[in-house]
Amino acid sequence: MLSALMTGLTSACAVFAIAILVLILTYIAVRGFSAINLEFLIDTPKPVGEGGGIGNAILGSVLMTVLATGIGLPIGIGGGVYLAEMGSNWFGSIVRFLADTLIGVPSIIVGIFIYTLIVLPMGRQSGLAGALSLAIIMIPIVARTTEEMIKLVPKSMREGALALGAPEWRVTWNIVMPAAASGIATGAMLAIARISGETAPLLFTALNSRFYNYFYDQPMASLTVQIYNYATGPFDVEHQMAWAATLILVGLILAINVAVRYLARRRY
Amino acid sequence: MESKISISNLNFFYGKAQALYDINLEIPEREVVAFIGPSGCGKSTFLRTLNRMNDTIPIAKVDGTVLIDGEDIYSSKTDVVALRRKVGMVFQKSNPFPKSIFENVAYGIRINKMQTSKSDLNDRVEKALVNAALWDEVKDRLSSSAFGLSGGQQQRLCIARALAVEPEVILMDEPASALDPIATQKIEELVVELKKDYTIVIVTHNMQQAGRVSDRTAFFMLGKLIEYNPTQKMFTNPDERLTEDYITGRFG
Repeated sequence: MLSALMTGLTSACAVFAIAILVLILTYIAVRGFSAINLEFLIDTPKPVGEGGGIGNAILGSVLMTVLATGIGLPIGIGGGVYLAEMGSNWFGSIVRFLADTLIGVPSIIVGIFIYTLIVLPMGRQSGLAGALSLAIIMIPIVARTTEEMIKLVPKSMREGALALGAPEWRVTWNIVMPAAASGIATGAMLAIARISGETAPLLFTALNSRFYNYFYDQPMASLTVQIYNYATGPFDVEHQMAWAATLILVGLILAINVAVRYLARRRY
Repeated sequence: MESKISISNLNFFYGKAQALYDINLEIPEREVVAFIGPSGCGKSTFLRTLNRMNDTIPIAKVDGTVLIDGEDIYSSKTDVVALRRKVGMVFQKSNPFPKSIFENVAYGIRINKMQTSKSDLNDRVEKALVNAALWDEVKDRLSSSAFGLSGGQQQRLCIARALAVEPEVILMDEPASALDPIATQKIEELVVELKKDYTIVIVTHNMQQAGRVSDRTAFFMLGKLIEYNPTQKMFTNPDERLTEDYITGRFG
């Protein structure tokens, strides 16, 4: 009786959790789909009534996410490997504690930090500053998941390689890392998805731009900031575009998820 | 007798806890020596001192000498990588790498840069698999995952992997304890076959197994070597009362 009740209760929670996600996705799709067309995807924002699109925002988001990943992923993975393989000393404990703290720091604070460190000395907002703040958000997440995934690799596998005369670094590089690869990729993916949805740290680092901008030293548009601008505008047509941009953002994150899962699938 | 491995006054500590007490043992070349004893008696710990696998445990401390071919493996000049290549190891639980069957065997060859060419690598892998009595079962699926093999096949793959780096000594830590009787029999036949070329030290919980495969048997209890004699004598007329009690199953 109690068992049936608990099964029912947990099932209900599971359904509820999924239902919310499905509801959000459907609502975004329904509201956003009608406003999407080719022009919307490639055009830059225009005054209300003249159409306009999110082409530059998509480009800006992609450019900043790519740079942030390029900086954050290697540092995060490298740090995670250190924590897992050599981090059982006091230094490791400190790094681990600080990484956990950094994960909990609100992203807008990271934005302020970069604003002081990069934006003020440079004299203007830039894509670089935006990407750096995203990278800072990414590093501790990637480092901690990498560490956890590496620790899951059975000790016996490591010993098997050591017993063949493999030096420690080769064991880490060609046995432990491949064994943990799909887990590490999942962590990386979550981090990328997280940063591509960040708005707060971009508001005063990358700012925004009404034009296509290919240079990291200039202010850069991003999907999230563009959504914010459209959604807070007074006109209905802007709200429509905010929904459409949201749909595109969700689609991009989904595409990243699928791509990384495919790349990191278990081959053996 | 000609000793391949010669251990004298070996003491071993995990931190402050002593795990092995004054072990003295001579292991002859091209023979099978079995280590028996109750769980926790230190036989696996002792086995792992022979290829310095205990180096990975920070609090482990070894005292005494282990000579292999007359060279002290705990001397500061010892190249641990070369030592482990010479003294291979097969573990209790089969531990294939997350790679293909071929790459599992090729791994040790590659890291030690033993191959002279691609075809030489193929030959070496084939030879190792043949010697581990696994070739016929896997020759058509060398590129498939090692995890697709059965437990017994995985363990023979691990033996093949150890053989591929051309060791002189093979340490086996309860290699058949997780296997069914048929797979166990295959491993035992393999051990007897490998004896022609290798010196083998095998830890086992299975008394009959020790009786079937080994030339000499060492009985350990509470970190001490109680008796070391030819297996024949050990199982029919042991010197020590303790040995007899253990072998006949009165405890342990």
